[in-house]
Amino acid sequence: MAEIARSFHDLNYIDTLSCMDSPVHRIDPRAKLATFLIFAVCVVSFGKYEVSALLPYFFFPAVIIPLARIPARYFAGKIVFLLPFAVLIGIFNPLYDRETLLSIAGLPVSGGMISFVSILIRFILTILAALMLVAVTGFTGVCMALERFGVPKTFTTQLMMLYRYIFVLTSEGMRMARARDLRSVGRKGSGLKVYGSLIGYLLIRTWNRAQRIHMAMLSRGYRGDFFLRRPLRITSADIAFGLGWSAVFITLRFINLPRIAGQLIMGVLS
Amino acid sequence: MHMADALISPAVGGTMWAVSAAGIAYCSKKVKEELDERKVPLMGVLGAFVFAAQMINFTIPATGSSGHLGGGMLLAILLGPHAAFLVISSVLVVQALFFADGGLLALGCNIFNLGFFPAFIAYPLIYRKIVRGNVSQGRLALGATLAAIVGLQLGAFGVVLETLASGITELPFSTFVAFMQPIHLAIGIVEGIVTTVVVSFVWKANPQMLEGSPVKAPTGGFPVKTVAAGLLIAAVITGGVVSWYASGNPDGLEWSMAKVSGKEELESTYGIHSMLASLQEKLAFLPDYSFKGTAEASEEAEGDQSARLGTSVSGIVGGAMVLILAFVLGLALKRFATDASSRA
Repeated sequence: MAEIARSFHDLNYIDTLSCMDSPVHRIDPRAKLATFLIFAVCVVSFGKYEVSALLPYFFFPAVIIPLARIPARYFAGKIVFLLPFAVLIGIFNPLYDRETLLSIAGLPVSGGMISFVSILIRFILTILAALMLVAVTGFTGVCMALERFGVPKTFTTQLMMLYRYIFVLTSEGMRMARARDLRSVGRKGSGLKVYGSLIGYLLIRTWNRAQRIHMAMLSRGYRGDFFLRRPLRITSADIAFGLGWSAVFITLRFINLPRIAGQLIMGVLS
Repeated sequence: MHMADALISPAVGGTMWAVSAAGIAYCSKKVKEELDERKVPLMGVLGAFVFAAQMINFTIPATGSSGHLGGGMLLAILLGPHAAFLVISSVLVVQALFFADGGLLALGCNIFNLGFFPAFIAYPLIYRKIVRGNVSQGRLALGATLAAIVGLQLGAFGVVLETLASGITELPFSTFVAFMQPIHLAIGIVEGIVTTVVVSFVWKANPQMLEGSPVKAPTGGFPVKTVAAGLLIAAVITGGVVSWYASGNPDGLEWSMAKVSGKEELESTYGIHSMLASLQEKLAFLPDYSFKGTAEASEEAEGDQSARLGTSVSGIVGGAMVLILAFVLGLALKRFATDASSRA
């Protein structure tokens, strides 16, 4: 219960972040959506034993988060919270892949360990990308961008309606859960029977609400379109943002920056 | 059940994006054709209902744990397959973007696993076949439970196949299947029971919601064309994945035997090149495998140990440097940004 309430709070918080104003927020949603997708593709496309070449991708969040004036601490907390899932995905790698691939100061490091670390880094980078995208674009912006990219209007409308009513209905659900918990001291009442009618009532109420909403929309002249406060207009800055970052990501995909830098340093030292 | 980006390769992720996008386009067209305007807000609000329902959980009898509604099968029963597919997809988009529940690139996979199977396989082929017009408590319960279980089992198997095709984790196919299917059987049973309880309540309280659902219940069964097209897509994907897997690995039994014995050997002795070879054979057909084959690796291990050490150390030094730089840059930019805003 506390966990679900927490995730609801997160939703609220990211929504607040997306309403802020910064150079990053002002960039066209389409440019941002495309850039973030290219970022994710580049990060995931590396070989499974790649660790060092992934690290330069941290430059992207390191630049975007401060420029957008969104709190890095929030993202860090979120990642720590989600990391156990990534650990679960990769935890078997060290057990199955035991071939020694490199050794550091005499300590052998198995391929499984390397791929495990690689999975963790990818997980962090891609989660950061998704959360950052919404925090600097807002959900409506993402939906508008999707629509301009050719996603059917039926689906984008669905996304926006869903998002609008998540806030209304989740607080209703939370109130119901709290009311039940207060009345079911101990365990009585938290079983399946009460649960079924509780959810059933919520469903019927939701259904009736949908009918009222539809009438309200019609009486306000709804004809299948929603409007955005910030009109979508691609400027040269948007294009520069998209192309610039994409070029960086793709270059980093083929050039292992840390290895080159490391070799340089080692060369100077020796 | 929500796959993370780390579990898939771009090729698989991209393919599943395309498949799911096609599904969304097709369903959008279908929903539009039905021209029932009432459904626009209904679909949106029901999607939000899934989130709200997850705020409320119940105690599973005889165990200490609690469960809640997943929602896929319930949506299919209430809205019909096309609208349900759209609603499930939209829920997954929100979960991916706000809760980091499933990755951006894995979104296509997740939509397919959690949307396609319940809406287009389990619902028409199981639920509708069982309930079919004459609703009764028993039929509702049987149909909803079976459909929820089968839908989730197929979805879990989808996860295994997609991970396998991506070649990311070294989990052997059989082990992964042996993990995934039973766990999702348990989850599916819970989901089935919850769906049954909710649907029966609605049926008693407000029967029109089921019978006169906004989607005109297709009389004379489910349109065969849709199912056929869906099955075709599934068959092509499954076929592609399986044949790829099979071609790299002609004998599954032989492979798993080598795998098992290889593990035992690895624990007892050192220098087991033959066993490593079988391990390598398995790894080599996986994509993105950046290290060389066994022969080269072992030569290198014996020969050029010092050179290898050199490159790995420089990799670590360089990596650390890059990370520190990124961190410092972030801090500097933050200071710059706050300065600029305080001056403004």
